[in-house]
Formats: sequence, structure tokens, C-alpha cells
Amino acid sequence: MTTVTADTHDDHHDHGPAKGFMRWVTTTNHKDIGTLYLIFSLVMFMVGGAMAMVIRLELFQPGLQFVDPGFFNQMTTVHALVMIFGAVMPAFVGLANWMLPIMVGGPDMALPRMNNWSFWILPFAFAMLLSTFFMDGGAAAGGWTLYPPLVLQGGNGFPYMIFAIHMMGISSVMGAINVIVTILNMRAPGMTLMKMPLFVWTWFITAYLLIAVMPVLAGAVTMLLTDRFYDTSFFSAAGGGDPVLFQHIFWFFGHPEVYILILPAFGVVSSIIPTFARKPLFGYSSMVYATASIAFLSFIVWAHHMFTVGMPIEGELFFMYATMLIAVPTGVKVFNWISTMWKGSMTFETPMLFSIGFVIMFTIGGFSGLMLAIAPADFQYHDTYFVVAHFHYVLVTGAIYSIMAAAYYWLPKWTGNMYNEKMGQWHFWLSTVSVNVLFFPQHFLGLAGMPRRIPDYSVQFAEFNMWSSIGGFAFGLSQVFFCYIVYKTIKGGEKATDQVWEGAEGLEWTLSSPPPYHSFTTAPEIK
Amino acid sequence: MSSENAYYVPHDAKWPIVGSIGLTLFLGGFAGQLNGTSMAANVMIIGFLVLVYMMFGWFGDVINESESGTYKKLEDVSFRMGMIWFIFSEVMFFAAFFGALYYIRVFSVPWLAGEGSGATTNEFIWSGFEAVWPTNGPAAVGGEYEKMGAWGLPAINTFILLTSGATVTWAHWGLVANKRKQLIMGLAATVLLGFIFVGLQALEYSHGYNELNLTMGSGIYGSTFYMLTGFHGFHVTVGAIMLLVMLVRSIKGHFTPENHFAFEAAAWYWHFVDVVWLGLFIFVYWL
Ligand code: HEM
Ligand SMILES: [Cu+2]
Repeated sequence: MTTVTADTHDDHHDHGPAKGFMRWVTTTNHKDIGTLYLIFSLVMFMVGGAMAMVIRLELFQPGLQFVDPGFFNQMTTVHALVMIFGAVMPAFVGLANWMLPIMVGGPDMALPRMNNWSFWILPFAFAMLLSTFFMDGGAAAGGWTLYPPLVLQGGNGFPYMIFAIHMMGISSVMGAINVIVTILNMRAPGMTLMKMPLFVWTWFITAYLLIAVMPVLAGAVTMLLTDRFYDTSFFSAAGGGDPVLFQHIFWFFGHPEVYILILPAFGVVSSIIPTFARKPLFGYSSMVYATASIAFLSFIVWAHHMFTVGMPIEGELFFMYATMLIAVPTGVKVFNWISTMWKGSMTFETPMLFSIGFVIMFTIGGFSGLMLAIAPADFQYHDTYFVVAHFHYVLVTGAIYSIMAAAYYWLPKWTGNMYNEKMGQWHFWLSTVSVNVLFFPQHFLGLAGMPRRIPDYSVQFAEFNMWSSIGGFAFGLSQVFFCYIVYKTIKGGEKATDQVWEGAEGLEWTLSSPPPYHSFTTAPEIK
Repeated sequence: MSSENAYYVPHDAKWPIVGSIGLTLFLGGFAGQLNGTSMAANVMIIGFLVLVYMMFGWFGDVINESESGTYKKLEDVSFRMGMIWFIFSEVMFFAAFFGALYYIRVFSVPWLAGEGSGATTNEFIWSGFEAVWPTNGPAAVGGEYEKMGAWGLPAINTFILLTSGATVTWAHWGLVANKRKQLIMGLAATVLLGFIFVGLQALEYSHGYNELNLTMGSGIYGSTFYMLTGFHGFHVTVGAIMLLVMLVRSIKGHFTPENHFAFEAAAWYWHFVDVVWLGLFIFVYWL
């Protein structure tokens, strides 16, 4: 790994942050913008979480008790959109903003004004999306995958939802361009590509995925819009189009998207595990190559979401084998993390707990993914709770666990205050027990045939659903606790040292905690 | 590094928030307009004006900074990379529509006509439908229409756009050789050709709507035709406006042989719309 000396002296004569609310509106500082992203993400996490609570409440018992089915469908649809585009993606962009310039030894993001715009589009986009709940016909209710013809039957909220997605796309593409340019152009002298921390690498590759697929989603939803309002026939067989065409375009975006949600998580975990195992990351370069091959393969597996739609057999086979291939580089990563811990002098502070939780439970999600990848078996699993269990293991105990780990790992650096370790541990254990009570039974529900996205179910599913709901409420409460821990850490607490963690390596730990407003006005020396 | 040649990090960016408000008003108004909400069109227009105001302000700031020598090598490289990856994202946007066209022509239409596993669909739902291109589908959505021929206006437009690609390169040569007159003439010619292209495209659309009964509602052929050429036409318009700004700046004496990122960005963009047009000419008009 790299050894580092840094001159953190700030010889920039001008200012620190401006004062008051306008500081946050007009800021071009990567740390300010990172903070904005992270707070926004936490708020959206709570909003999306509230919707999840409604879903689990309704599913607590068979029968319809609390909400009507139409509203239930709006909940599942908007829950997913908010969590994916509002919570997980902005959280990672927030981490990127905070950490990338520091990790590569640069002064800031390469395009600071655009960085501000990337963020400030988001609150408007989500205000637009959430406003559709109050419109005639309510919010989108056809599922986050927006399949026509169902989605075209939405009410007045439909075009607002489409444009909200366009805005999120604009924001993501600008954010991704900024990440790529920052990494390519802002590295300190001596910070060669193969010396970059893995978090930088995984974000670099994620940014390419974003630039490649967000515009494709924009195209897909544009076609939905014109099919509804301008008489086009893209997804209507009567006019020579095909509803399945939408699924192909959507999943050409959608599968790389799920890797957009997980690659930065790989980077986070690859930074944290070596710190608490007090050993360098095992197989650094194989990690880089594995990330790149996952990204490449993610473009040629999309139709594993469509095995049951009626594809030619050649298609089924191709997409089945290609999907299984992804398990190879993914396995490389998992083994590398385990080998990093092997014979390390491990300690188990909260970030490490979340990282280990990530490795174990993400792997469970990977295995259920492999089961789903078997085309003939997927005819049984498709659109059941088994799929729901799969993607919540990779997304909640995967992506979101890594975000939690990152928050605990870097909060002392960001705020200068240590979080309360005891509370952190409680948060981890409460989350981990409850999340498994929440999602593990859903595997069984799915295998037994319970369909997803339906507000009612037959009585044989009652028991598992009740457990799942109890787990859900407990998990929800645990995250409210997390908000409290974060709030307390921002407000005060034991002062953190610059190094924070005994075994931590990398440029961020050479700066003070919290770091100066301008990180490296003088490029650090990298040996 | 002393702070004189430190990377330039601007402060107090006020334009992004203006842009967000403009974008929200514009798209929100647009959505309302689609729903038939009264006054929504006004909101949309206001949003558009706010966006224009934002662009004048934002680009104005950047131009002033550039002309006063704020940017050095490193900033210049950032801008270049940013522009390249922005164009790549545009390529992927068009790829979605080209991909749709490909899928329709190679898979959907033959399947509807009974090929492969589509035999029963064809037999029981769309019996008698045959795979031909262009098509407005088995239900003949939009009624009888005629195909847009390739060798009339579209061929002329191809010639115009290719010529404009050459004139913009000629202008660039002028710029690097410090021949200002060549720069200005080349740019003026390019802008003129660009707007002629857009005009002819409009003429072609009116021909399609009024004489061929070819509309966006003419089944999948009409859909793909107007969406692909329409988005392209929009991009040509944007590109031509960018070049127009470069022309005005050149006349004002901006740009030096060493420092002219904005000009090159506009030129790259222009070549990009040029290449997209070639794809359109081949796959939408010709084949
Ligand atoms: C070993 C790697 C993986 C494999 C083999 C795999 C396989 C699959 C398959 C075959 C499906 C479709 C199931 C169906 O609808 O019948 C699926 C769904 C899904 N996967 Fe994965 N997956 C993997 C990893 C991931 C990761 C890392 C994520 C995200 C972080 C993810 C997120 C999702 C989501 C969100 C869906 C459901 C989409 C929907 O229909 O709403 N998967 N996966
Ligand atoms: Cu997938």
C-alpha cells in the first residue's frame, strides 16, 4: 500500500464557508455537498422506510385491513423509487463527494459548480415525485419497473413521475461525469491508478456504468411518455411495437443499475476490513479487475429479469450462463475479504461489524441470485417473495449495510467527534437480528408461491408474514435509533484523533478531524 | 504548488439553484400541460425563460473567467473530459432509440407476423399480418401513410450536414493558425448550414404530416421515425446555437490559438450530431 506524507497547512488566504442557509445553497465545496447528499439520503431513507412500514402493516395479517389495494401498490412502487434513487444512490454520491478528492489528494471535485447542481436538482425531483401522491389518480402504482401497458394507465401523476426520473437522471449523469474527471485529473503527483484506494476504483467504474445507462432509462421513460400523450406505438403490438421492448430497454438500464448500487459498497468494505484486520487488503489488483469484469458483464445479463416473458430458448440460455458468470468475479471479492481477515489482529468496532455483516449477508443474497439465475427454476421463483428476499439481502444487508459501515467509519473524521461505540454496537445487533427476521422468512414465502406486490394473501402464508412484519417494525425502529446516533455525534462527543482508527491507512487520515475546509490546497506527496 | 497556480475552485455558485428552479417549473409545467391543466403552459414558458436566464448567467461567468485567464492547463483538461463524457451520455440516449428500432425490425415485427414462437399469436390475434418494413402494425394504427423517401430532402440534408462538418474543421484550422477571418467565415458558414438543415427538416415534417399522412401516430414506423429524427433535430438546433455563440465570441475577439476549449467543445458536439445523422440516414431513411 502507499505511505503518505501530507502538508495540510492551508495557505489559501481566502475564506472558510459562507454563513447561514445560503452557504448550503451556493456551496461548491465537496465536503459541504457531500454532507448535503448524505443528509438528503438519510431523509429519503426515512421517507421510503415509512412506506415500507405501511406495506408491512398491511401484510401483517391476511385480508385487507389498513389501506386500499391501489394505495398499497403506490406504496410498493414509490418505496422502491425513493430507496434506490433517493436513499442509496445519493448516499454513495455523498460518500464520493466527501472522500474522493481527499483520497486522491486533490483540492476538490473537478467541476465544483456542476457538483452543486447535481445535488440541488434532487430535492426538486423528489418533491415532484412525492407530490404525485396528492394528484388525481395518485402516485405511480405499476411497480418501480414501470412496465407498460399498466404504467400508462396511471392518473395525473404519471407525467410528473416521468419528469422526476428525468431530473434524477440528469443529476446522476452530472455527478458521474464529475467523479470520472476528478479521478482522472485531480490526483496528486505519484497517485498512480493502481495506488488508488479501492473505494476510488469502484466509484470510478460505477461512474462509467451511470453514464452508460442513465440515458437509456431516460430514453425508455420518454417512450412511455410519448406512448401515452403523443400516440406513438413503441410498446403497443397493435401499432407494430412490443411491450416486451420496454422490458429489454428497462433492464438494459436496470441490471447495471443494481451494480451501481453495490460496487461502491464493495469499495467501502474493502477500505474498512483492512483497517480492523490490521492487514493490507488481500489481492488488491484482483479486486480492481474483478470490479471491472463485473461492470462489463453487467451489460450482458439484463434479460435474467425476463426469463418468464416468452423469450426464444437461445436467449434464455445465453442470459442464464452470462448471469452465472458474474458469480465468478463476485466470488473473487468475497474470498479476498475473507483472506484479508484471515490471521489478522481483528477488532470489532461498529464499522467492522457492519462490514462483516455485509460480507456474510450479501453472500446470502448472491446465492439466492444464483438460484434465480437458473432459467428453468426462475419460472417458479419469478415475481414471488423469493425475489423480494433476494434483492433485499443484496440491497439492505448489502448496499445499506456498507453505507452504515461507512458512516460509522468516517463520521469521526467528518465531525471530529467519536460516535458512541456502545450505541453503535446496539444499532448493529438490533438491525442484524431484525433484518433477518424481516427478510429471511420471505425466502420461504416465495418458494411456497406467495406473489410479490399484492396486498392480500392466502392464510397459509400468515405466520411467516407476521414474523416478517415484526422484523420490519423492529428494523425500522433501529434506523430511527441510527438517526439519533448520527445526530448526537454531530452535536458532540469524545474528540476524535486525526488517525481515528489504529490500523487505518490512506490520505484521509493524514488530515485533521474534521478536515480543513479546503483539503489539499497543496498536493500531498505520495510515495 | 503555490496558490497562484492552484486549481481554480469557484465560490458561491448561484446559477445552479436558478437552474433547478427553472427546470422544475419547465418540466412541472410541461407535465401539467400534458394533463390539460389550465395555465400550465405559462408555467412551462416561465420555466424555460428561467433556464435561458440561467444559461446566460452561468456561461457568462465562465466566459469571463476564461477570458481573464483564470483557467490553466488542469482546468482545461477537466472541461475537455467533462464534455467528452457528456457526449458519451448523449450517445447512449440515442442508443436507446436505435436499439428500439433494431429490436422492432428484427424481432417484434417478424414475431407478430408469425415467425418463431409467434405462430399462434399471429394465427389467433393478428391473422394475415405480414412482416414488412415500414409498418404501422397489424391494426394499421394511424391509417394509410407513405414512407419518407431517402433520396430527396434527406439526401440533401446529409450533404449539408457533412459539408458543415468540413466548414467547422476549416474554422478550427483558422483558429489555431490565428487566421481570424477564416475562423469567422467558417463558423458563419457552419451555423448557416446548421439552420438550413433544421429548416429543411421542418419542411420534411410538414410534407410528412400534410401529404404523406405520416404522423407520430402512424404505428411503430411513425413513432421511430419522428422520435429519432426529432431528437436529432433538437440536438442540431442546440449545436447550432452553441456554434452561434462561438461565432459571436469570435467576432468579439475571444479565443486564442492555445485557449479555445469552448470552440472545440461545440465542434465535438457538432461532429457527434453529424455521426448520429449518418446512422439515421442509413437505418431510418435508407434501409
Ligand atoms: C451473484 C449475483 C447476482 C445474481 C446471479 C442475481 C440474479 C438475479 C435474478 C436472476 C433476478 C431476477 C429474478 C426474477 O425476477 O425472477 C434478480 C433480481 C433482482 N436482483 Fe439480483 N442477482 C445478483 C446480485 C444482485 C445485486 C448485487 C443486486 C443489487 C445490489 C441485485 C438486485 C436485484 C434486484 C433489485 C432484483 C429485482 C428487480 C425487480 O424485479 O424488481 N442482485 N437477481
Ligand atoms: Cu439483474
